[in-house]
Amino acid sequence: MPKPTIGLEVHVQLRTDSKMFCACPMEFGAEPNTRVCPVCLALPGSLPVLNRVALESTIALGLALHCHITPFSQFHRKNYFYPDLPKGYQISQYDLPLASDGYLTLPKESIAASFKKVGIIRVHMEEDTAKSIHGASLAHNVGYALLDFNRSGVPLLEVVSAPDLESPEEASAYLVELRAILRTLGISSGNMEEGALRCDVNISLDRGTRAEVKNLNSFRAVRKALEYEFQRQCERVERGEAVLLETRHWDEAKGVTIPGRSKEEAEDYRYFPEPDLLPLEIDVRWVEQVHRSLPELPEGRRERLASLGLHPSEAITLAHNPELACFFDGALEVGAPPKETANWLLGEVQRILHAGGKSLEETPLTPVRLAELLRLIQQGVISSKGGKALLEVMLTSDRPPAELVEALGLAQVSDPVQIRLWVQEAIAANPKQSEQYRQGKEALLAFFAGQVMKKSFGNANPELLDRILKEELQATA
Amino acid sequence: MIVTLEDVRHIARLARLAFDEEELLAMRGEMEALLSHFSRIDTLDTSLVPPTTSVLPLANVLREDTPHLGLSHEDALQNAPEQEGGFFRIRTFLEDAFPRVPALQGSERIPAKT
Repeated sequence: MPKPTIGLEVHVQLRTDSKMFCACPMEFGAEPNTRVCPVCLALPGSLPVLNRVALESTIALGLALHCHITPFSQFHRKNYFYPDLPKGYQISQYDLPLASDGYLTLPKESIAASFKKVGIIRVHMEEDTAKSIHGASLAHNVGYALLDFNRSGVPLLEVVSAPDLESPEEASAYLVELRAILRTLGISSGNMEEGALRCDVNISLDRGTRAEVKNLNSFRAVRKALEYEFQRQCERVERGEAVLLETRHWDEAKGVTIPGRSKEEAEDYRYFPEPDLLPLEIDVRWVEQVHRSLPELPEGRRERLASLGLHPSEAITLAHNPELACFFDGALEVGAPPKETANWLLGEVQRILHAGGKSLEETPLTPVRLAELLRLIQQGVISSKGGKALLEVMLTSDRPPAELVEALGLAQVSDPVQIRLWVQEAIAANPKQSEQYRQGKEALLAFFAGQVMKKSFGNANPELLDRILKEELQATA
Repeated sequence: MIVTLEDVRHIARLARLAFDEEELLAMRGEMEALLSHFSRIDTLDTSLVPPTTSVLPLANVLREDTPHLGLSHEDALQNAPEQEGGFFRIRTFLEDAFPRVPALQGSERIPAKT
């Protein structure tokens, strides 16, 4: 069985406030052609000037991917004609990418600390093109395309991996990890649906001739296209046919890749240094400064979380969700126990949020308030079950948890006298079952516990109840 | 310096220019003259000159990430040959994708010289 060799080229839209080379605001979903200026419309005489934050974001990503940051870099013009590129060239980087020769580590579900290293060949800066809507989606406009230049000049990073990935699942894991790094750095939304992350894949069998599949715009598309392409190439080889060096397109509806632009018309971009932009000199001090400002990255984060006793899958989930991880850390800072916090945050909190279609930020729940809830459980003020009911309310109310416990009547009854009273009532009311229990039908213990829970509206302390119930049932013998 | 007719055809195709045979020959001559002129630069000793991409003694000219609105929607579209719903409207060459280097033909033929 041949093995697939996979490399990914990912385009990342940065989340700066303004575009790469002009001050036009970045705003996803703005009215078409309302975030444009002479630079991004390619009007004659306009001059591009590089956005400092875009540059520093690139350095940050380069460092997060363990890359070498070049001390000297510059932009090139990549020349080609296409309606979404009015200048006739894209400002990109060619032989001097800002960052190169790094790697990204993939976590394994079972052991958060066991990694596979995937090489990063380069990270370079370029500009996005305008967005075109083709006639096919506009019945009366067949043969026409509509252009929106709001996207023209949006800062884009191209991240090229080495062909180190060996399965569609690994490719998918690589993308998830890359997105987690981008989100942790806060430099991109990493949102594939909005086009903030776009992926081209290269795949070959046993490092033979590769085919490229372009424009995969969801995690699912990446996996499906790779699975299909692997199968297709295997079948060709079985038939004794060669795999062709070509660019293919993923047809989402049919679930197949189809041949695109043939590579025999070799791409001839005639790169040359962009004379409108000055070179970049990035000294060690600047790189160190960016390095010091880096947050805890997913790789280090999942190791730290696993060392706190979290299950590897919990550590990975938190490392992939920087907002959740910060929330988690916030709760720990005010004394919440790590395991329980992870358990509640990833379990019950997510379940309720998911059911209500809300995100955590939309609720009044804070790390401190989650920690308070856990403390109430730990101290036996409420039961775990009561905690769930309390959490449900705390996701819509900002009243102090202790007050809510009172208002909702969730306080756990840990008074042995009261519990013994309920137990005695329950036994007296069910003499037959009590007799059966004494004759050895121990399963009836749960029946009596249920009776008492009913009387206590679910608030009886379960451990106390269990102990007292056994005592009383024995005593009536 | 030898420029072949195939070179001229290739460059013309990249520039979206259509030449007939006579024009191709003329262009070949002009390109050869240009290149041989530039080839004189190659005769200079540049071993002591570092590779240079800019003649200005400047680097790291950066802009702070502060957004400003640029052109108004009306100004942006004012010279659009056609527009629709706030978009520029253009003719496509193919339904599914623009070919990067379409063959020029018939009425689309652009004269090389006037």
